Amino acid sequence: MAAEKMALAKAINESLRTALDTDPKVLIMGEDVGKLGGVFRVTDGLQKDFGEDRVIDTPLAESGIVGTAIGLALRGYRPVVEIQFDGFVFPAYDQIVTQLAKMHARALGKIKLPVVIRIPYGGGIGAVEHHSESPEALFAHVAGLKVVSPSNASDAYWMMQQAIQSDDPVIFFEPKRRYWDKGEVTTDAIPGPLHKAVVARAGSDLTLAAYGPMVKVCLEAAAAAQEEGKSIEVLDLRSMSPIDFDSVQASVEKTRRLVVVHEAPVFLGTGAEIAARITERCFYHLEAPVLRVGGYHAPYPPARLEEEYLPGLDRVLDAVDRSLAY
Amino acid sequence: MTVESTAARKPRRSAGTTAAKSGASTTGTKSAASKRTSAAGKKSPGVPGAPGASGPGPELVQLLTPEGERVKDATYDPYVADITPEELRGLYRDMVLTRRFDAEATSLQRQGELGLWASLLGQEAAQIGSGRATREDDYVFPTYREHGVAWCRGVDPTNLLGMFRGVNNGGWDPNSNNFHLYTIVIGSQTLHATGYAMGVAKDGADSAVIAYFGDGASSQGDVAESFTFSAVYNAPVVFFCQNNQWAISEPTEKQTRVPLYQRAQGYGFPGVRVDGNDVIACLAVTKWALERARRGEGPTLVEAYTYRMGAHTTSDDPTKYRADEERESWEAKDPILRLRAYLEASNHADEGFFAELEAESEALGKRVREVVRAMPDPDHFAIFENVYADGHALVDEERAQFAAYQASFADEGEGK
Ligand SMILES: Cc1ncc(C[n+]2csc(CCOP(=O)(O)OP(=O)(O)O)c2C)c(N)n1
Repeated sequence: MAAEKMALAKAINESLRTALDTDPKVLIMGEDVGKLGGVFRVTDGLQKDFGEDRVIDTPLAESGIVGTAIGLALRGYRPVVEIQFDGFVFPAYDQIVTQLAKMHARALGKIKLPVVIRIPYGGGIGAVEHHSESPEALFAHVAGLKVVSPSNASDAYWMMQQAIQSDDPVIFFEPKRRYWDKGEVTTDAIPGPLHKAVVARAGSDLTLAAYGPMVKVCLEAAAAAQEEGKSIEVLDLRSMSPIDFDSVQASVEKTRRLVVVHEAPVFLGTGAEIAARITERCFYHLEAPVLRVGGYHAPYPPARLEEEYLPGLDRVLDAVDRSLAY
Repeated sequence: MTVESTAARKPRRSAGTTAAKSGASTTGTKSAASKRTSAAGKKSPGVPGAPGASGPGPELVQLLTPEGERVKDATYDPYVADITPEELRGLYRDMVLTRRFDAEATSLQRQGELGLWASLLGQEAAQIGSGRATREDDYVFPTYREHGVAWCRGVDPTNLLGMFRGVNNGGWDPNSNNFHLYTIVIGSQTLHATGYAMGVAKDGADSAVIAYFGDGASSQGDVAESFTFSAVYNAPVVFFCQNNQWAISEPTEKQTRVPLYQRAQGYGFPGVRVDGNDVIACLAVTKWALERARRGEGPTLVEAYTYRMGAHTTSDDPTKYRADEERESWEAKDPILRLRAYLEASNHADEGFFAELEAESEALGKRVREVVRAMPDPDHFAIFENVYADGHALVDEERAQFAAYQASFADEGEGK
């Protein structure tokens, strides 16, 4: 297959299909991933083609899903598990944090845990409670886990391939409101490393750093700012653990200004870490403090208020203006 | 203060992102069953003396047949022995109105007035029977589909719609009807119910607690832990599992290999399987279990064997995983038709009653429509309300920033 336009969800589906096809040790597990193809249809058709032994509908127990995936990985399998929605990962949080993340180190590096945990995350789809959260910082804080999030179909395809091939546990956050966004996927191109940030749009006046669902918002903001004569660089971080600080630094040394954007609450979030590191690394380059745009220190609100809660174009542009005003 | 639209500032975008839905293709697929997993997925091969996990089995408590004939049961008849024709009509009315409310909510979702709806269609008897068994001072912990139980507890049904419309994350004061908020994280509430029941016991009160959950939820660790805690502390709690055969696309066989009610045995308390489409049996069995709890005899697991006739929620597509014939076979066991047949055959209700109820049902539908359409969007500042009981400096700071940001739109508009 060469280049093809497909939705982000479909790109993940194709990626899982490729993995199931090429590696008999790859398994898909989760609630409703079989016949239904997942509530977002990301695993659509996989059980039909690979059977119930490889695409497994699990009991409704997240701790059980992750705990058994750990056991399967110990036995040489490469499970890719689906947590149905962001807010439902917490029954499994214990298994992820106390077991999955630490086992490799505890075994003096003698065992590997190639488990991918797929989590559709973030808001913007008008859902009920627990279906719109962005808990990535809670995972990025835990040593032993890798945390990534694609922002477009091509990355979704390739980052999933790389996550499955990784011998470390990877928490794979899927921007659910971008599932239906289409993009070019080139399945024979050789991608960059999983944890490398990429410049999604080049610019010279300020850097917007984002990942997952917010990359699109930042690209729109940069386009709007362009009309006002401002040249904004957009950096797609792609990985929250590790974070490619070198790419952020290179961009900031060029633009001298940084605004970090994510849906998760700002307080103690990914943006806080980036602001601190970049301040350390680029103190003499910065023309303005690193600013952050994100969610509030409040529970994710009911759907009719999510537009106020989520960073939109205007809030991002507001931060751009504030930064440029220094 | 309500902030007006952001239009004054000339937003540099078109307001509002497109709400996307999780729906997708409707093509059904047949799975290529493999040997090993299908063995585990098959109907229970038969624990000695136990019915398969998927069939109702001989232990099913039933007081009213699908044809509407009253049958005797020595153990549970005493709990409904004194039921009056009026009370029977009341149960019927509850079921009809609950179904009507549910249908209205489903249509409202289709019309874009609700973001989502979890229908109870088919589960009216399980909910009304058990709900009517509770006493005013009992406490109920529902999941997200217990509209019929809410009805029995006197919660205004329109209050249930706020969270599905997206204007709040709850919608009622749990203490005013002893009906807790809906719980979306599967199984969580069973532990809350157990803890509450432990408190009831400590207080020396004689009320009881009932926790609702699904067959899928029975797989969650929280549910297992609630069984352990309630048994060890002899908590006055009734676990009411509505086995509606499906957890979204997964049949009960994906959760268990023994009938669910038998789980209780391993924890040291009784488990009963009741015909969940028989409102009289549900009432009797739940009363029995609640009374046991009140007498200090500890927890009971009631498995109401029923069927979810509609989709899991309005974003689900059941044609992908289940056959129409299955639903049709359950339609023959419809809880409402069954009680109607009995009421008519025993001359407990006349045409006038049914006609009046039809009018009442219409009026309820109308009221629900009107209330939902008039439901205002929340104030923008609601985001920051009740985050903490005692207030929090960071929240105050962010609220002020938010206010300044909102005000900036108006100011610029006025300045120009
Ligand atoms: C911890 C958790 N995992 C997954 C979900 C998503 N989910 C919502 S309802 C549901 C199925 C529940 O089935 P069951 O417990 O049988 O109850 P029913 O909906 O059939 O009444 C699932 C998987 C959730 N809400 N919570």
